[in-house]
Amino acid sequence: MSGPDAQYAAFLAQGRLRLQRCGGCERHVFYPRVLCPHCGSDDLAWVDASGRGTVYATTVVRRRPEEGGAHNLCLVDLEEGVRMASRVEGIAPEAVTIGMAVSARIAQQEGDAIVVFDPS
Amino acid sequence: MSGDLRGKAAAVGIGLAGIGAAPGYSHLDLTAQAVKIALDDAGLRPSDVDGLFASNLQNIFAPLNVGEYLGIRPKVTEGTQIGGSSPVAHLLWAVLALDAGLCDVALVCYGSNQRSAAGRLLSPSTSEPLIYEQPYGPRYPISSYALATSRHMHEYGTTREQLAAIAVAARGWAAMNPVAFMRDPLTIDEVLASRLVCDPLTVRDCCLVTDGAGAVVLTRAERARDLKADPVYLLGCGHAHWHRQISQMPDLTTSAAVDSGRRACEMAGMGPADIDVLELYDAFTITTLMFLEDLGFCAKGEGGPFVEDGRIGPGGSLPVNTNGGGLSCVHPGMYGIFTVIEAIEQLRGTAGERQVPGAQTAISHGNGGHFSSEVTAIWGTAATL
Ligand SMILES: [Zn+2]
Repeated sequence: MSGPDAQYAAFLAQGRLRLQRCGGCERHVFYPRVLCPHCGSDDLAWVDASGRGTVYATTVVRRRPEEGGAHNLCLVDLEEGVRMASRVEGIAPEAVTIGMAVSARIAQQEGDAIVVFDPS
Repeated sequence: MSGDLRGKAAAVGIGLAGIGAAPGYSHLDLTAQAVKIALDDAGLRPSDVDGLFASNLQNIFAPLNVGEYLGIRPKVTEGTQIGGSSPVAHLLWAVLALDAGLCDVALVCYGSNQRSAAGRLLSPSTSEPLIYEQPYGPRYPISSYALATSRHMHEYGTTREQLAAIAVAARGWAAMNPVAFMRDPLTIDEVLASRLVCDPLTVRDCCLVTDGAGAVVLTRAERARDLKADPVYLLGCGHAHWHRQISQMPDLTTSAAVDSGRRACEMAGMGPADIDVLELYDAFTITTLMFLEDLGFCAKGEGGPFVEDGRIGPGGSLPVNTNGGGLSCVHPGMYGIFTVIEAIEQLRGTAGERQVPGAQTAISHGNGGHFSSEVTAIWGTAATL
């Protein structure tokens, strides 16, 4: 048995972005938990996510070149109604705009599978 | 019911120490210096303190370290750590404990040598990784506030120039405060031209990194009238928090200050129109702007136009952050206690060149984390009781 964080990470490692959905209130939940923050139910089941989202907020973190240089940091609202921190790749960090349609992709970073987004 | 606490306790002593840079001193040294000044101000001694409300970023068990250092053996102790608003939050428990007779002299204090001890603080971002944000390289806390700024600009057309006007107003006040860390003139163009840290926030949209400590002594109102200083009464205090990390903030353009402010106003029996001076936690220019909206001083989305004409600076119609704020006066990790001390200074009428004439009421608003914890306190002179 493993907790919700480990289950989420294991799905990502298999190349699947999955979210929890609450049987009590039918809302999706992210980040993974054992209780629904909307209704308190512990009836949370994993469902596949669409991966379709919209940029809700965005910034460029201005790191020095020796620290990796400037990079995007954004919040993406998924179609399922949850929000996650991430980054948009494939375009300049300044070119990421609020309202931009984006698609999730699972990338490898320092040995972990993480969710990033591409313009869709 | 909450009105029962209105005016039951008063600030009777305030102290500041190490504002700016205090190399060679520990955060506890600075805290103790501020406590000494506050107790002398009240005409009290450390042995009189039986309620201790202490927080800092260097001790997990802050009240224990502070109590031990000062030789205080409190009957009531409190050190809840909710970020920069913590000392403001402690005021509510202080008045409650005083009113219940659990303690007679409450000491609220905070200190940090963040500037001189650079890199040696307990950093929430390294001691407590936020595992669903950390992989994307946030620069806490700035990147979180930058995200909120991006959203406010998108939804309401708020401009970088309007945000810069907040930094310029703070600098204008700081120029009249002899202890403020940065007092040189600042222009909107200079803010806009300064180095971007996290778009759209520049280094001049961000608070200082300084040393500093503050202490406030409170007693029940009836005792306060017999002490040395003019009492400043706590009329209301409200807490609120809705999230910890920015990715869980429900709406990046509205903070829990809408709740803390309403709760404080209900306790005080007052509204925004009744407030003469505002001390709003300005970790970033966006925080001042959003708290003006969330506390009801202007409508949601109108913060930009509200501040752009100098309204909140010296000579403006609504004095905000009269000490120069976290942007220009002092910001040693957590700024909350300084919103309290400046409010009390203004209501005592002892703020010197920056004194707001005839000020009778003031707000101290504390913020912590990433627009996470919001605490509002309302103060008044004897005339407001
Ligand atoms: Zn639910």
